[in-house]
Amino acid sequence: MKIMRMFKALPMIWAVFAVMLAAPLPAMAKVDGDTIIFGAAVSFTGKYSTNGKHTKNGYDLAVERINANGGVTVDGKSYQIAIQYYDDESTPARAAQLAEKLIQQDGIQFVLGPYGSGLTKAIAPVTEKYKIPMVEGNGASRSLFNKGYKYLFAVLSTSEQYLAEAINLAAEQAKKDGRDPSSVTVAIAVENDPFSQDIRAGVVDDANKWGMKIVIDDKLPKELNDMTATLTKVKALKPDVLVVSGHSKGAVLVVRQINEMRVNVPMLAITHCEAADVIGKFAEGAEHTLCATQWTETMSYQDDDFGTAMDYYNDFNSIYGYYPPYQAAESTASVQVFVDAIERAGSFDTEAIRSALAATDLMTFYGPVKFTEAGNNMAKPMVLRQIRDGKYVAVAPSRFASEPVVYPRPDL
Amino acid sequence: MDNLELLIVAPVFSMQLLIDGLLVGSIFALAAYGMALVWGVMNIINIAQGEFVILGGYVTFVLAQYGMHPVLAIPFSALTLYVLGLLVYRIVIVRIVDRDLFISILATFGISILLQQVMNQIFTADVQTVESGLGTWFLFDDMVTVNQVKVLACLIALVVGAVLMVFLKTSRTGQAIRATAQNARAARILGIDTDKVYATTYALNAAICGAAGSLVVMTWVIQPFIGLAYTVRSFMIVIIAGLGNVFGVVASGMMLGVTENFAGFLLGAEFQTAFIFSLLVVILVWRSWRLRRKRQVLR
Repeated sequence: MKIMRMFKALPMIWAVFAVMLAAPLPAMAKVDGDTIIFGAAVSFTGKYSTNGKHTKNGYDLAVERINANGGVTVDGKSYQIAIQYYDDESTPARAAQLAEKLIQQDGIQFVLGPYGSGLTKAIAPVTEKYKIPMVEGNGASRSLFNKGYKYLFAVLSTSEQYLAEAINLAAEQAKKDGRDPSSVTVAIAVENDPFSQDIRAGVVDDANKWGMKIVIDDKLPKELNDMTATLTKVKALKPDVLVVSGHSKGAVLVVRQINEMRVNVPMLAITHCEAADVIGKFAEGAEHTLCATQWTETMSYQDDDFGTAMDYYNDFNSIYGYYPPYQAAESTASVQVFVDAIERAGSFDTEAIRSALAATDLMTFYGPVKFTEAGNNMAKPMVLRQIRDGKYVAVAPSRFASEPVVYPRPDL
Repeated sequence: MDNLELLIVAPVFSMQLLIDGLLVGSIFALAAYGMALVWGVMNIINIAQGEFVILGGYVTFVLAQYGMHPVLAIPFSALTLYVLGLLVYRIVIVRIVDRDLFISILATFGISILLQQVMNQIFTADVQTVESGLGTWFLFDDMVTVNQVKVLACLIALVVGAVLMVFLKTSRTGQAIRATAQNARAARILGIDTDKVYATTYALNAAICGAAGSLVVMTWVIQPFIGLAYTVRSFMIVIIAGLGNVFGVVASGMMLGVTENFAGFLLGAEFQTAFIFSLLVVILVWRSWRLRRKRQVLR
């Protein structure tokens, strides 16, 4: 009997489905009146929430400034811009869901990237599926650019470039001391995740190019809390260069333990100095460490929206109450690049905008932007800064350096 | 195996690894005491162990921000966590204490996620550390370095272990805890307030974790999401040491520390933890093999 009743109810259930399907789709929200709406899933909660905040502030500052400067002109008409945000909770699965939601339900046609390579990797297949262009400034992993994605554009340098410059710097120094660069020995300790392993690949490539010997090649586990074993090896083998990358945790650990264990290595190059605030935490202990960065305020770049890199730096601070890390700057630049492409395309057709993005050749306060076939930006170099007297001083590549590097590091 | 050669040529490095491993292991042991206690008495595997440790670290971090010497902050961390432990017991644990192990694992897993997110909201996801201000001893021409915080941690671990042993043996509460662990129903019949015993046990566990966390933030770094490393290590230590064996916990904790260091040096950091887990499997297999042989003798 029960089953019979269920069968009787079936048509009604179908009817409900039919009504739901037939319900009018929300009006295409990509352009609402005279506002162009971008979509972004950013980490407001979870483990990337700190960098998620930098990303959002970077986007927001761009929106505010571009609107104040008269907005975007498309086909002779001026539009304001806005961003529809969702919280991806720092989880890739959620990010992918939200990308679907942005595109399918909210009708967003222009997507800005989330924070980090992992989340970008989760969203890219979705935007690709719907042929929706995405401009991002926080996914640097090499694996994003070897999948043949056509709608993904990244304004930042890719991860294998992060610390490769340190190797070249060491080679330069060796030549200066009358040594053969191939006599330089390198120790590598990077975390065992895709992003950090890309960094390692870049370092290994450049070390091989110079014929250098890699004496330590440790992969730090994710649950890493102690580098004693690795650093004891460094003490024993005395390499010329020690390269460490393990997000903020790795940066804090290595600077802390290298002092505690008095490990004397002529060159220490690491990532995430700014995010980990190694200067604030260790002051003296952080001296002479080399830090890789995407952008610094002392670079000579400038554009019409923000003026010089230094202007951006100060404006950001006056609005948000802290100086922008590069994560914020590259987020701002992503919006600028997107807007520039929309203006050049002269329409809201996603294909036209994609072509315009691919042909981008733009100077921003963040640096020059010019995309390769794969969608990464090859025009802007990575910068190495050395910590001196509690300040970051750009030391490489030499054409942007404000001062020469102090090499070797004075003994601890 | 180049690294093995290195150790043979320059034995001073093995000394560094050994000393550091022993000291570090005692911190792991400190975090594991409570897990053995809670597991043995309440039959609950506390997955939130690591989060208690990290939270203890944050208490010390906050007090240090306000100018307190971090070493003096250790008892405050323990006290704060004791109160939190009581609270968590009253709200959640009391409802699951007689249920099966699966329910308790789920519940404490939930608590651990909740604590992670709360810490993330309050302290952000930034990595934090506190300078102990204790300095380092440099021996053998700087070749062996002994961080004094780690020595302090070792002392605290040993003292807490001894106190715990005496407390469980001699005090009335300690006896009640042991009685409850043996047979909760019988204990109840004999007039022991097992609810109170459970509450004390769980809060005591949290307090010890708090002290451990305080030492962790002075030795390494903390971040809301790295508690799991301490939970897993505690779990391993307890499995190897057995329940209700304080001395065993210290011994296996130190063994864990030393093995981790040597595995990291010889095989590379990527095998540091992997090696430990393989070792755990070997020990479990060996132990069940030995037990089986014993049974045969009895038969």
